[in-house]
Amino acid sequence: MEQMKTSQQSSPTTKKKMKIAGSEAVILSLLEEGVDTIFGYPGGAIMPIYDSLYHYLDKITHILTRHEQGAAHAAQAYSQVSDKVGVCFATSGPGATNLITGIANAYMDSIPMVCITGQVPAHLLGTDAFQESDVLGISMPVTKWNFQVTSAEEIPWAIARAFYIAKTGRPGPVLLDITKNAQFEEFDFEYKKCEKIRSYHPYPNIEIKDIDDAAELINKAKKPYMLVGHGVLISGAEKEVMALSEKAGIPMASTLLGISAVPSDHPNYMGFLGMHGNYAPNVLTNECDVLIAIGMRFDDRVTGDTKRYARQAKVIHIEIDASEIDKIIKTEVAINADAKQALELLIPRVKKTEHKEWIDEFRKLDEIEYEKVIKHDTYPDGDKNKMGEVVRLISEMTDGEAVMVTDVGQHQMIVPRYYKFKNPNRLITSGGLGTMGFGMPAAMGAQVGAPDKQVISIAGDGGTQMTIQELGTISQYKIPLKMVVLNNSFLGMVRQWQELFFDSRYSFTEMTNPDFVKIAEGYGIANSRVVKRSELKDALKTMLDHEGPYFLEVVVEKEENVFPMVPSGESVANIRLE
Amino acid sequence: MTDIYQDTPAKPAERQFTVSILTEDKPGMLNTVTLVFTRRKLNIDMINVSSTEVTGVSRFTIVATTSRGQVEKVVRQIRKHIDVLGAFVYEENEIHYQEIALYKVPTKIFLDGVEVEKIIRSNNARILVIEKDYIVIEKTGHKDETSALFKTLQKYGVLEFVRSGRVAISKSKRKTETFLEELEKSTTHSLNNNGTK
Repeated sequence: MEQMKTSQQSSPTTKKKMKIAGSEAVILSLLEEGVDTIFGYPGGAIMPIYDSLYHYLDKITHILTRHEQGAAHAAQAYSQVSDKVGVCFATSGPGATNLITGIANAYMDSIPMVCITGQVPAHLLGTDAFQESDVLGISMPVTKWNFQVTSAEEIPWAIARAFYIAKTGRPGPVLLDITKNAQFEEFDFEYKKCEKIRSYHPYPNIEIKDIDDAAELINKAKKPYMLVGHGVLISGAEKEVMALSEKAGIPMASTLLGISAVPSDHPNYMGFLGMHGNYAPNVLTNECDVLIAIGMRFDDRVTGDTKRYARQAKVIHIEIDASEIDKIIKTEVAINADAKQALELLIPRVKKTEHKEWIDEFRKLDEIEYEKVIKHDTYPDGDKNKMGEVVRLISEMTDGEAVMVTDVGQHQMIVPRYYKFKNPNRLITSGGLGTMGFGMPAAMGAQVGAPDKQVISIAGDGGTQMTIQELGTISQYKIPLKMVVLNNSFLGMVRQWQELFFDSRYSFTEMTNPDFVKIAEGYGIANSRVVKRSELKDALKTMLDHEGPYFLEVVVEKEENVFPMVPSGESVANIRLE
Repeated sequence: MTDIYQDTPAKPAERQFTVSILTEDKPGMLNTVTLVFTRRKLNIDMINVSSTEVTGVSRFTIVATTSRGQVEKVVRQIRKHIDVLGAFVYEENEIHYQEIALYKVPTKIFLDGVEVEKIIRSNNARILVIEKDYIVIEKTGHKDETSALFKTLQKYGVLEFVRSGRVAISKSKRKTETFLEELEKSTTHSLNNNGTK
């Protein structure tokens, strides 16, 4: 307990002591952290906590998912739309291991989450007891921090620390494994928020020299270029990013997770980066002279071959996580800082200027992409549905205001390409881990976190079947989510690669699917299926006008490919349009 | 800084680096630290963990053979773990270091003349214990030195040979305590100030 004292020296909220069970302390601690929603699934080792929860249902809503993975994805998306920390509960053993995919997903995408798992009583640890698994060991590589609580006294300290770690700096998921004896034990409960951990430095101090150096590079640049990453959304630096771009006339492009930080129709916004991103943003990465990367980590899906990535450019990297700097791309100026703090200092130091010709270069390439790809995707001929048109129509019909949640695969690239976002934090997608099955449970969490917003999940037929049981949750809690399944009876993205790089050997990518609408029907969810293109618009309208949850299956062209595409290992400059 | 683009696929020059890590003294830290090496399939040549002059703070000394670029990335990823206070990478010439080796040899090899005694003296080794059946010889030094003694003793018969991980001390004059104090000053724990220094 020594460290506990040092980490909480100057805490403000000290509550009166009272003797309660550890399980109740868990709930009271969560209430202290402002938690009002939990996603979870009960089981033996977490039963005392669930029993205590029962007494606080006037203050906390618990959503019983149909699988722990669903609880984790839901908690993540809940966090992304609400700015709160997502919380999920699971029991020991299989309950905890089922959470792991969801935790790994949140870790890769830097989403704050507190996961609480039950564990066998402390005296049984390490004995292969019923439903015992080494959750601490298993979750260590995919959590920002994890801790095993073996006595009730540790509970308030561990929960306070968990929330502080999850949401500060570069956010991430935290796991607390609470043994059953700790849940039963009674102790004097007292809660202090964690405000400081001596070994943890969430917000590095900014070196003004770095800011000056960056400003100098930007002021001298002829072809500056800004890359907007997820860090911009996390730090709430959307306005600052636009201000810098507008003042210094810098074109901006966004990573997958940075999408919606800048409205799609911003005059300096050039689109989406990476493997299936837009043409101009990829090609011109290798033409710019100063590359300003903000809150992003140069994922290989963004860079393609790093040896041929922006080698002509001087790179300014604004990044809160020091371990991301110089990890993939060598920087000229590294600003190890929170994006908003850094930009606030940088903006007054850059000169007001324009780079009209440079921006025109983007627009010229945009026209090529429009003619070769976008036009055919979004305004197709014939009577077969195309993914691009579905997304364009949804974008128009929701006026760019919806929270779009995707699964993983071809449609996941189509949504950021063709949905015109107006507001921040409106795209929820599994970026780093690429978790199929993410979509539906995440959309469910997003809708719970943003009850007043229109939440639409777009998924493929493959991913939908990985977590389809969450239809039960959506039905039970009448979560008014709109689910669109783009069914091509294929694992489309893998099939596309097989077509392009494996001589069309479709090794295990074709699927005989169930009757999706009957499944939705079985769960008591309103539904319909569209096969003909001519019926698409009306079907979408019916879905959007429906009050409760709605499931729409859109049968789409079987062998459609997503272009542009940077083939794996290629340079971004060699992005293919066909 | 080494050119990070050269790390793959062409193998850059590999050599031994000593990584020194200060952590809170808590269970699980060893896992936390070694995971970062394991992820990159980086073998740990030697490892030593012990307490420091500051109560509650442990020091890990890890020796690994790799490239400068790779070890720097590893150290930055170790630093980001919550209970890690600091992590540093050292070239061989930036530290003073030692390892300790113990050699268990049959007592009878001392009875057949003075040769073994001479070897011990010339190697600056010492006798740790004398038992009826065996004698334990102790030598501190670098790996090549302790290995050389092992090789020499081998012809007389070595029952067991063990060598510790490296302990290293940096050539910097800073005290661990001073480092911890500086750490407190160089960072912020919330976004309430303007974050500059």
